[in-house]
Amino acid sequence: MQNPTTYTAKDFATDQDVRWCPGCGDYSILKQMQSTMAEAGINKKDIVFVSGIGCSSRFPYYMDTYGIHSIHGRATAMASGLKAARPDLSVWVITGDGDSLSIGGNHLIHLLRRNFDLNVLLFNNEIYGLTKGQYSPTSPKGQVTKSTPMGSLDHPFNPQALALGADATFVARTMDRDPKHMREILAAGNAHKGTSLIEIYQNCNVFNDGAFEVFTDKATKAKSTITIREGEPMIYGADSEFGIRLNGMKAEVVSMNDCSADDLWIHDSSDRMKATILSRMFDNNALEGGLPRPFGILYQEDRFRYEDAMKAQLEHAISVKGDGDLDALIQGSHTWTVD
Amino acid sequence: MQLTGSLFTDTNAHYGNDISTFPNFPAEIRAPQGTVAGVSGFKLHFASVDIFTPGDEVEVLVAMNAAALKANVSQLKKGGTIIANTAGFDKKNLRLAKYESDVSPLLDKTLDQFRVVEIDVTKMTKEALANSGLGTKDIDRCKNMFVLGFLLWMYNRSMETTQSFITEKFSKKPDIKDANLTVLKAGYYFGDTNETFTSRYEVESANLPSGEYRSIMGNQAAALGAIVAANKAGLELFYGSYPITPASDILHELARHKNYGVKTFQAEDEIAAICASIGASFGGSLGMTASSGPGIALKGEAMGLAVMLEIPLLIINVQRGGPSTGLPTKTEQSDLMQAMYGRNGEAPLVIVSASHPSDCFDAMVEAVRITVEHMIPAMFMSDGFIANGSEPWSFPKAADISSITPRWADPEKSLSDETYFPFRRNEKLVREWAIPGMENLQHRVGGLEKENETGNVSYDPDNHELMVKIRQEKVDLIANHIPAQEIAQGDESGSVLVLGWGSTYGAIRTAVRDLIKDGHKVSQAHVRYLNPFPKNLEELMSKFDRVLIPEINNGQLVHLINAKYGTGAVPFNKIQGMPFTSREIKEQIKELI
Repeated sequence: MQNPTTYTAKDFATDQDVRWCPGCGDYSILKQMQSTMAEAGINKKDIVFVSGIGCSSRFPYYMDTYGIHSIHGRATAMASGLKAARPDLSVWVITGDGDSLSIGGNHLIHLLRRNFDLNVLLFNNEIYGLTKGQYSPTSPKGQVTKSTPMGSLDHPFNPQALALGADATFVARTMDRDPKHMREILAAGNAHKGTSLIEIYQNCNVFNDGAFEVFTDKATKAKSTITIREGEPMIYGADSEFGIRLNGMKAEVVSMNDCSADDLWIHDSSDRMKATILSRMFDNNALEGGLPRPFGILYQEDRFRYEDAMKAQLEHAISVKGDGDLDALIQGSHTWTVD
Repeated sequence: MQLTGSLFTDTNAHYGNDISTFPNFPAEIRAPQGTVAGVSGFKLHFASVDIFTPGDEVEVLVAMNAAALKANVSQLKKGGTIIANTAGFDKKNLRLAKYESDVSPLLDKTLDQFRVVEIDVTKMTKEALANSGLGTKDIDRCKNMFVLGFLLWMYNRSMETTQSFITEKFSKKPDIKDANLTVLKAGYYFGDTNETFTSRYEVESANLPSGEYRSIMGNQAAALGAIVAANKAGLELFYGSYPITPASDILHELARHKNYGVKTFQAEDEIAAICASIGASFGGSLGMTASSGPGIALKGEAMGLAVMLEIPLLIINVQRGGPSTGLPTKTEQSDLMQAMYGRNGEAPLVIVSASHPSDCFDAMVEAVRITVEHMIPAMFMSDGFIANGSEPWSFPKAADISSITPRWADPEKSLSDETYFPFRRNEKLVREWAIPGMENLQHRVGGLEKENETGNVSYDPDNHELMVKIRQEKVDLIANHIPAQEIAQGDESGSVLVLGWGSTYGAIRTAVRDLIKDGHKVSQAHVRYLNPFPKNLEELMSKFDRVLIPEINNGQLVHLINAKYGTGAVPFNKIQGMPFTSREIKEQIKELI
């Protein structure tokens, strides 16, 4: 047996060929995940990856851990039962925007409120890739796809706001093109005790190429994104020339020529109201002077985990009633004898 | 109160013997004996026609308050029903009835052996008459009508007799007449809205073989069987479930036994319930989920996944009238085809059925044994009639139930020997169960077709055909590991074999017993294992001139039997949400003799 502290990313690779399209954002996520797990030093025998259906859901086949490639939308439910049964395991849910927000939307919100200690990696590419290019619940309104030749009519989900609305205890956003940031967030999610909802912007270069280009392209990235860090003022821009200030409940962009860092919004991930404001920085108009898209941990709180509470109830029942005796159970409280 | 009682009697007399095995109640009404002075109450005694119960045992006790309960509960038969007006169990009433502690008997465990239906009759009556303009006293007088309406619903009786009586009696007091009619209906509809299950299995309590007995309900027996079987397999029981009539009582029962290490999980929907159970099984627990027909339909895709994963999973179907929402409070056996075929692709699983309330215990242990030892999902079939029914049970000792042996993978062997192949099989085609935490046995399973032995994803055409055949053969081979089909009553050959499954057991038993007594060459066989069938079933049937298959459906087992064996079995069907009476079966058998 190999000592988990000596793992490298390669130790997590399997003998299976990775089958994603060349250039897919999933490759980067797989690589960062393997590195993160190597650094985490958890024994491979104690790790389980659970996925639903979709391109991203092939993920477990490529991690040399235990894994279930389940059915569409249900990875979150499957992982809930697994974690309830086995609180000792490190459980990772791999899901996509269609899998978790459309067919599996119900299970996602219930997982978040129950707060099992597990991690959800939501690969958001704003498209259905495996079924070859229909709009997804995160596709922007008006998107032209195979199923919406005249443009999509759906108002899209905002996954961060949805997760906050479901009382998630760890809500974060990262992207496939920023490996370092992704590793940072994955590690933070792993360390968080409770359900970590990690949304990863992932480019589908076949069916929705460039969906996140404004956040990844050198020319636009600096102005349209902000990396938020705990306790740090909200500063962004190629030369840190912009800041964000809170004016009451309203966030506004300011020029650092007119402001000092002390005037700015200092990120506090324990503040639910401010996290809500961050989640609503979603308008895609940063290039026209609007607010940038935040990347990082929007919100984090410590709340009881379902599996801990479940275990406590069992222990309490045993302390009050004693370890279950099968004959007493079968016999019940009232018997009579027939001669 | 006397009026309420006699109205119920009139209604039942009107129905007469038309509905017989179904508890039929030429009722005896009498004033309560030994009640606390000044507190009113009444009790009903129901004796069924087919099955004789001693005249002084009470079947249903309506207790309008604590005193009525206290005075009469000793005469209530074990497994009987108590309809309790919760308003009559407040502190004042408890004191009046001289209950020693402040704890209501409805809350402590003293009524465990009965079925308790709690209704705040006083409040419901007030609400129903909120706009009647009647005074408090007049309103209060109507509350008995609420109970009567509820009883009429429970026992499937029409309100007509009572309605015309009320109309006549209060013809000169229209407001009182209207109030009584309103409350009667309110009680009737309350039974409907709350999905109070109406058909219940009853069995004679006289002439039992000697031994120690307890009273048990079907759902309760299934729950106890699950706990015992999990223990016998050395597995933690994980029960994922979503509330549905008439299966919820299993969840309620299991949730009471957390000190046995039972984990109950009330999921957000039927799909999550089964998926969480699959997740738990993947983690090495005994995953179990339950529902009734509509919920089972929702679980179909996940069942297919469990077939592909080849892990233990127990699915309980407490059947009710279908299709769609159908008749939630009525019984039916119409989900057999759903159990056999209700999944996409070739997805066979094991089916085990229970035939009477206490049999739910044995059938559950059997179903768990198969799902665990054969690494294949199994469905346990029961129905509302036996799930809510109760009977005396000569219970077993835990030590007499044989242990269940999972086929665990061996991490040691895998380290020294070779790579672990998750889908390598033994002679029973059973794979080894490796669970997270086992060193060096990391593997991935999923719903995509997998290569034989390695379990890697495979689209190879020959491999797919091979895997489909293997999964079927694995089910077929289980026939070598279940008991041979026995004749329950009668000779091994003769004129008519009455072949049944599930809750028709009691009615068939009585019918066949009577006909044997009359000298007819009739026998009974009741099938517990529905997939696979016992190996000797075909031969057993061949010894009879005719095979009759009575079912509470439009002909499902008969279809499976005739398709598989070409038996030419004769169907006999009733699809009224009610069980057969033994007389109906008897008459049908006579036609074939």
